[in-house]
Amino acid sequence: MKISYKWLQEYINLNENPDVLADKVSLTGIEVAGVRYPDKGLKKIVVGHVNSIEPHPDSDHLNICQVDVGESEPYQIVCGAPNVAAGQDVIVALPGSRIADNVKIKKSKMRGVESKGMICALQEIGFPENVVPKEYANGIYVFTEPVKIGEPVFKYLGMDDAILDFDITPNRADTLGMHGTAWEVGAMYHEKPTFEQPELTETATKAQDLLKVAVENKAVVPGYYLRIVENVQIKPSPMWLQIHLWNAGIRPINNVVDITNYIMLAYGQPMHAFDYDKLTRKEILVRDAKPGEVITSLDGEDHQLDPEDIVITDGVVPTGIAGVMGGLDSEITASSKTVVLEAAVFNGTRIRKTAQRHNLRTDASTRFEKGIDTASVTAALDAAASLLQQLAGGAVAQGVLVGNDIHPEDAVIDIRLDRINHILGTELTLAQVQAIFENLGFKVTVSDTDLMTVSVPPRRWDISIEADLVEEVARMYGYDNLPATLPKIAMTPGKFNPQQRFIRRSKTLLQSAGLSEVISYALTTKTKAQQFIMTADTALTKLDWPMTEDHAYLRLNLVSGLLNDIAYNVARNQTDLAIYEQGRAFTKKAGEIRPVEREYLAGAVTGLVSGDNWAQDKQVVDFYYLKGILNTYLADHDYTGDISYVANTDRPELHPGRSADVYVGEEFVGFIGQVHPAIAKAYAIPETYVFQLDLSTLLTLPTTALVSQSAPKYPATSRDIAVLLPDTVTNAQVEAVIKRRGGQHLQNIHLFDVYAGKNIEAGHKSLAYSLTFQNPEATLTENEINEQMTHITDYLTESLHAEIR
Amino acid sequence: MSLKSDLEQLKEKGLAQIKTVDSTKVLNDIRVSLLGKKGPITNVLRGMKDLSAEERPQVGSFANEVRDSLTEAIETKKQELQTQLLNEQLSAETIDVTLPGRPVEIGTSHVLTQVQNDIEELFIGMGYQVVDGPEVEEDHYNFEMMNMPKDHPARDMQDTFYITNEILMRTHTSPVQARTLEKHDFNQGPLKMISPGRVYRRDTDDATHSHQFHQIEGLVVDKHITMADLKGTLEVLAKHVFGADRKIRLRPSYFPFTEPSVEVDVSCFKCGGKGCAVCKYTGWIEVLGAGMVHPNVIENAGIDSKIYGGFAFGLGPDRFAMLKYGIDDIREFYLNDIRFLHQFKVED
Repeated sequence: MKISYKWLQEYINLNENPDVLADKVSLTGIEVAGVRYPDKGLKKIVVGHVNSIEPHPDSDHLNICQVDVGESEPYQIVCGAPNVAAGQDVIVALPGSRIADNVKIKKSKMRGVESKGMICALQEIGFPENVVPKEYANGIYVFTEPVKIGEPVFKYLGMDDAILDFDITPNRADTLGMHGTAWEVGAMYHEKPTFEQPELTETATKAQDLLKVAVENKAVVPGYYLRIVENVQIKPSPMWLQIHLWNAGIRPINNVVDITNYIMLAYGQPMHAFDYDKLTRKEILVRDAKPGEVITSLDGEDHQLDPEDIVITDGVVPTGIAGVMGGLDSEITASSKTVVLEAAVFNGTRIRKTAQRHNLRTDASTRFEKGIDTASVTAALDAAASLLQQLAGGAVAQGVLVGNDIHPEDAVIDIRLDRINHILGTELTLAQVQAIFENLGFKVTVSDTDLMTVSVPPRRWDISIEADLVEEVARMYGYDNLPATLPKIAMTPGKFNPQQRFIRRSKTLLQSAGLSEVISYALTTKTKAQQFIMTADTALTKLDWPMTEDHAYLRLNLVSGLLNDIAYNVARNQTDLAIYEQGRAFTKKAGEIRPVEREYLAGAVTGLVSGDNWAQDKQVVDFYYLKGILNTYLADHDYTGDISYVANTDRPELHPGRSADVYVGEEFVGFIGQVHPAIAKAYAIPETYVFQLDLSTLLTLPTTALVSQSAPKYPATSRDIAVLLPDTVTNAQVEAVIKRRGGQHLQNIHLFDVYAGKNIEAGHKSLAYSLTFQNPEATLTENEINEQMTHITDYLTESLHAEIR
Repeated sequence: MSLKSDLEQLKEKGLAQIKTVDSTKVLNDIRVSLLGKKGPITNVLRGMKDLSAEERPQVGSFANEVRDSLTEAIETKKQELQTQLLNEQLSAETIDVTLPGRPVEIGTSHVLTQVQNDIEELFIGMGYQVVDGPEVEEDHYNFEMMNMPKDHPARDMQDTFYITNEILMRTHTSPVQARTLEKHDFNQGPLKMISPGRVYRRDTDDATHSHQFHQIEGLVVDKHITMADLKGTLEVLAKHVFGADRKIRLRPSYFPFTEPSVEVDVSCFKCGGKGCAVCKYTGWIEVLGAGMVHPNVIENAGIDSKIYGGFAFGLGPDRFAMLKYGIDDIREFYLNDIRFLHQFKVED
């Protein structure tokens, strides 16, 4: 809402620098987004009188004007505006003047003819296009009331003002009217506002003889009032009214429309005026719209009405969408004679939905949906009728037509002083608090030493409970004056829970291993959402009304996000990447609505671990590089169960020969593998390896409690063994055999060589292990170790057909 | 006395020889030739049997003296030569210390995680618990418990991704507070919590809007929590995140779940409050929203609002990071350009 400083001065005694006022309002109640001074930066722009005009000899549209600017000689100004004419009082930018956008006007020649200055349109001196009266939109502005030649134009146009831009929160709709704003600002300066209610004289004609009114659904139209004004003469509004409107950002149209807008701005009460003669049935019926009904609104748009819309009808046909916009059929035009004025209270939710449904957010709908002062509806109606009488020569018919009568009541709230101080942490006195309430226009009765009974007028409908009053005290007292303390309450331990610690540890481990954290979008495409799923029996969750198809489904995996990130980086020539994400996957069983959120951890590597450099050859990422990281990560948790990797050829997004399911004990916890070349191609990424773990599962697995042991006192002994095996036998099988037959002192199995090729039978490979034995109690003898080695080799030969080399 | 003078001579000669030696091998030869079994000193000592009983101890002790001084000289020389040898070897082993080291990669934590961790640790230190909650929420917890019944206009302020009429992507982390408040047993002490996490709004992604972003909300509820406590807590937060010299100011605002509600500005950390492009020449930067928990929210959780009350605040790690590091496009956080991410190395 644009608040004119001068308009405020009409209601309260205000003598404050507007910038200071703006700051104060921001800190006390409503954020002021900015202060605009309409005449700022403008100079040497004066009233001129066009003495005569003659066409420019070398132009078909320019005129040479002799303009009196209050000096001894008239100025010759060449003007291209189509509406310039002799006898007009106009806006003249003199040579050396500054107009809008800091443009400097100089003496010049236009097609060979000297021109001293410029005759201006309102836009040229800074008026926003949308407030300029239509008749001057495409030409110069012409004064219609007496002005003094040679005087600066600013005061005549209301530009010697400051316009404060109130950024109103939904609860403070009371400041969507100047009266409410005056109360708010007045309270800050301990000034009580005064509002003059214009006198109204009624004719002998009875309004009820002219028009019938009825409201069908009274629940959604709690107040509905009409007045009829006859013999109205449609014409432009006087200057003062036009100025009030355009400084508030509203375009002056004609006196009737302008008056309704002015009353809306002053009282915060939306008004509507329609043409009585266009009401075919001399009847107003307010009702819910019927399915299939159509109305053309004032802006010329057709609207299919919904039964949730409230319409104003002439008894049968809709003539307006209640609270939102009037209908084109009953519009006030230049020939309108009898005007029906409407002031009403409509259900806010209904109006909001209607405005949304028809994409018609108007000044009226905004006010109805946010809430209006139900106590001033008829005052606003009377004031509008009175102004029609004054400014349009109208005759106000006797009586108000009431469709539904509202009975506004004050909200009465009991509050104790110590309650206020208790909530705010202050030591305010009763007198201080009482003054704050009274400045806001609330009535206060004190009883029982510190109990206040506060009556809040309907103007402040946002106040209904104790906490609302506490806020009024807090903001008027000033948040700057509040002390700053820390809660003085019982101590509570602050600590992360096991899951939070686990996640933090996970991140630290992966970062130590060289992976950088990324955060991808949890909402993704249908295809990507369901790739890389952990278990087959999981269903997708779709947004009901997504913004784009790119973010329409909840992800079932984290890997697809990582691949997006890799694609983004690779496209920017960043080809060596090691990244991970920790976040949620949204799994669910088919048929369920709400997904289960599981914490996942996923990593992806591509390109080089390190490039060629003077000290070492480049190292390319491969399956085993990522597996090393994954295994180090898993081993850190000391699970009771063994970590194992089982080849899985069936994951559709992974290379069938290079992927494994990961188990801890018997529990499936995730997978690792190379992204299937077809999938990599679809993402436009090079060879990439990924893993994904279900942290929610990992968190539930048993771990071995640490019992510390002294460093071994007796030496360890190691023995090497090389076995020749068919290709199909896996390392895991060999290790399992060694482990089973290695005895209690076998401490470590270290695979130090894998060889196939020359000197090895085709279809076979050689695996070489170093086995470490250690007895914490004694030094192992040769014999003991030899015996164990024999067990191992025998069993390897027997069960795996291994040849010991 | 000729024996003695022989010894004297031997010593002089030997010492002179040792002095000029330049290799350990030669030195060893000298040691053998002088002090060995066939050497002159041994000879002298052998010849002692021919001496008189008076002379014998004198010559004997002098011979020992000569042998000791020669031994010592040889030892000293040996050390000297070995040191010299080592130095030569070390000198030959000299490398170019300015060649680059072998690369070791350490991953970085995402800047939003860094901001979030920093704030979590601050509040953990003040005795808060960190509570996580579902990202897919019920309308009931996301809105109704937070004093936004169906048709509440404030719901328009938070355009929502619905899954069904009752299930939605949470638009803030407040529902975690509602859930925690509902379960909290005040016999076990006051409730002090923060709830960090991802939130979602139905927005078109651009430089300042993202359909996915992060929030950290705080809640303290007990019998004697004041708005002054809120102010003090936010001061601690602002100084921790934006610097010890920062001031805060509260401005009235509106949230359905708090009353009174405030916006919180922090004095500009760039210009210190004088006015600059960062603070749009106001000296202040809006950083978070806060207020005293609305009695309806307390009551909705089944708690008596006449006895219990508290404060709540909500901030955006995305916005904090943008302010702190001068990032002007929120999409940077989710595009994950590795060059962008790797800048943020320090978790402070």
